[in-house]
Amino acid sequence: MMFKKWLSILFTCLVFVSSARAQLVIEITSGADQLLPIAIVPFGYTGMDALPEDVAQIVEDDLARSGLFKPVPRANMLSMPTKQEDVFYRDWRLLKSDYVVIGTVQKLPNSQYRIGFELLNVLSEKPVERHNSIDVSARNLRDAAHYISDKVYELLTGSRGAFSTRILYVTAEGDRKSPLFKLQVADADGHRPQVIVESKEPILSPSWSMDGRSIAYVMFRNRRPNIYTQELATGRRQQIAQFRGLNGAPSWSPDGKKLALVLSKDDNPEIYTLDIATQKLERMTNHYAIDTEPSWEPDGKGIIFTSDRGGNPQIYRLDVNSKQVERVTFEGELNTRARMTPDGRFLVTVQKNDGNYHIALQDMKTGRVQTLTETYLDESPSIAPNGSMVMYATTYQGKGILAVVSVDGLVKYRIPSAEGDVREPSWSPYFK
Amino acid sequence: MSVNKLGKFAVIGLSAAWIAGCSTTATDTDSSTVAEDANSAANTDSAYGAGQDSAMTSVIVEDKDTGMDSLAGVETVFYFDFDKSIVRPESREALAKHAAYLVSNPDARVVLEGHADERGTREYNMALGERRAKAISRYLTIQGVAASQIETVSFGEEVPVAFGHDSNAWQLNRRVEVRYE
Repeated sequence: MMFKKWLSILFTCLVFVSSARAQLVIEITSGADQLLPIAIVPFGYTGMDALPEDVAQIVEDDLARSGLFKPVPRANMLSMPTKQEDVFYRDWRLLKSDYVVIGTVQKLPNSQYRIGFELLNVLSEKPVERHNSIDVSARNLRDAAHYISDKVYELLTGSRGAFSTRILYVTAEGDRKSPLFKLQVADADGHRPQVIVESKEPILSPSWSMDGRSIAYVMFRNRRPNIYTQELATGRRQQIAQFRGLNGAPSWSPDGKKLALVLSKDDNPEIYTLDIATQKLERMTNHYAIDTEPSWEPDGKGIIFTSDRGGNPQIYRLDVNSKQVERVTFEGELNTRARMTPDGRFLVTVQKNDGNYHIALQDMKTGRVQTLTETYLDESPSIAPNGSMVMYATTYQGKGILAVVSVDGLVKYRIPSAEGDVREPSWSPYFK
Repeated sequence: MSVNKLGKFAVIGLSAAWIAGCSTTATDTDSSTVAEDANSAANTDSAYGAGQDSAMTSVIVEDKDTGMDSLAGVETVFYFDFDKSIVRPESREALAKHAAYLVSNPDARVVLEGHADERGTREYNMALGERRAKAISRYLTIQGVAASQIETVSFGEEVPVAFGHDSNAWQLNRRVEVRYE
C-alpha cells in the first residue's frame, strides 16, 4: 500500500518533470493562467552600509513585466534562503513555484559589488544555472539585475531577454505654449533617464543605429527642421540634412552604412537614402503623393514607408535595388508609420478605424490583421529587439505617456511617466 | 524689409471664445495689444464660419513704421479641414491682400508655416503641414507672387495653439501661419 503510494508520487513527479521540460520554451500565447510561477528571493547582503538597489526586486519586476512569469510575493515566502544548501524545495512546492532564484551581494574592498545568483528547478530539485561573480559599481547594480533577468528569461523561455536594452523618447515639459523639448534615454523599464539634448524648438523622430552607439533625430533650429546624428558615448553631434522644406524621419539601415530619410527639397516628400561615409544622397521614391516614415526591413533589402498615393495613407514596400514599390496594407481606413519585427514575420502599424487610432499587427505570411491596443490616440510603435513587445505613445488623462503591449496583445502595461508629455519611444537594439 | 524690423510688426492672435473666459491665450502676443483690439478681432472672427465658434484669428496690426499699411487688419492664420489641404473660400480675400502686398514689394519675404492637429502620426503630419503650406503658396503664386519670395515650412503637430483633445482644439491647430521675415 505504502509502496503503491510512493510509486504514484514518483510517477506524478516524472510526469511533472517531463512537462516542465516541455514548458521550458513557452509559447508566446500566455493567457493569465499560463504564467510561469517563479520566486525571486531577496538577495543576501553582508555589507554594513545600505545597498543602493534591491537587485532581486528589479529582477522580479522585469520578469513580471514580461507577462510570461508570475512571481511569488515576498510576503508569502516561507523561507528566504541565499545559498542552495538552505533551500527547502518543499517550501516552494507548497507555494506552487516552479523555479526559485536565490543570490547574494557582497561589497568588495574596491567598493565594487559582487553578485552571485542561482536559478533552481523546484520540481527536479536541481540548479539550472549559477553565476558566482558579476562585479559592478553601485551605479551599475541595475545593469547586473537586468543581466540576471535576461539570463533567467532566456533559460526558461528559450528566447533572448530584452531587459538590458534602453529606450529613447521625447518629452515636452513646462508651459504648454512654449515647452522645453528634451530627447532622453533611459533603461527599458524607464529608470535612469538621461537628457541627451534639450531645445525650445521641437525634437522628434529619434532612432537608433543598429549597434546602439549612435542615434539620429530631427530637431528644429531657427524654425526649420534639421536631421542630426549623435554618438551617445561622446555626445558628438553631426548635422546631416538641412535642405529647404522637410528634413525628417531618419532611419538607420541594418548594416549601419545608410540612413533612410524624408526630404521635400525637390517639391514634395520623397524617401531618400544617405550613404554616411560618402555623403551620397539617392532618391528612392518618385511620386506626387506624400511618401514618408521609412523603416528598413531587418534584412536591409526593402524599406517600408507610408504613402497616400492610393488616396488614404497606407504602408508600401520599396525594393532598395529595383526601387519598385508595392502596397502592403489593405485593412483599416489608414495605416501609417510601420515597423517590422526582427524576424520579418509581423508588421506593426498605426491603424485608424472608426475614427480611432490603434496599434495593429499584420502577419506578413497570412495577411491576418489584429488590433493590439484599445488606448487613445496611439502612435509611434517601436518593437523590442527580441520581437516580444511593442512600446508606443498614447494619450492618458490628457497627457502623452508611453505604454507597452505584447505582440500577442495579451500583456499590456504603462510606463510610469515623469512630468509633462512623453512621446516617440524608440526601443534600442541589443548592445554589443 | 530686414529681419531687424520684425519686432515692429505686432501680429496679434486672439479668439472670442478664449477671451470670454478661457485662461488660454493665442499665439505669441503682446497682451496690451490684445486688450485694445479684442472687439475688432472678435468681429473679424465672425467671418470664420465653418461651424467653429472659437476659430482664432491673427491679424497684422497697423503700424506706421512697417510699410505694411496695406496689410493692416489682414488675417495671418488660415484654417483647414481634417486631412485636407484645400484653401477654404473664406481665406481667399485675406490671401489676395497678402499676394498684392508681396507683388508690390518684391523684396518682401514670407514664410508659410503649416501645422496639423494631434491625430495621426508625427512625420505624416509633418508632410501634411507642408502640403497645407504649399497650398497657400500656390494660391499666392497664382496671383503673381514670385516663388522666390515664399518659403514653406512644416511644424506638423509639434506646435499646437490649442491644447484640448476635441474638435475645437483640432480645428484651431490645422492651420497655416503667414510670417514675414
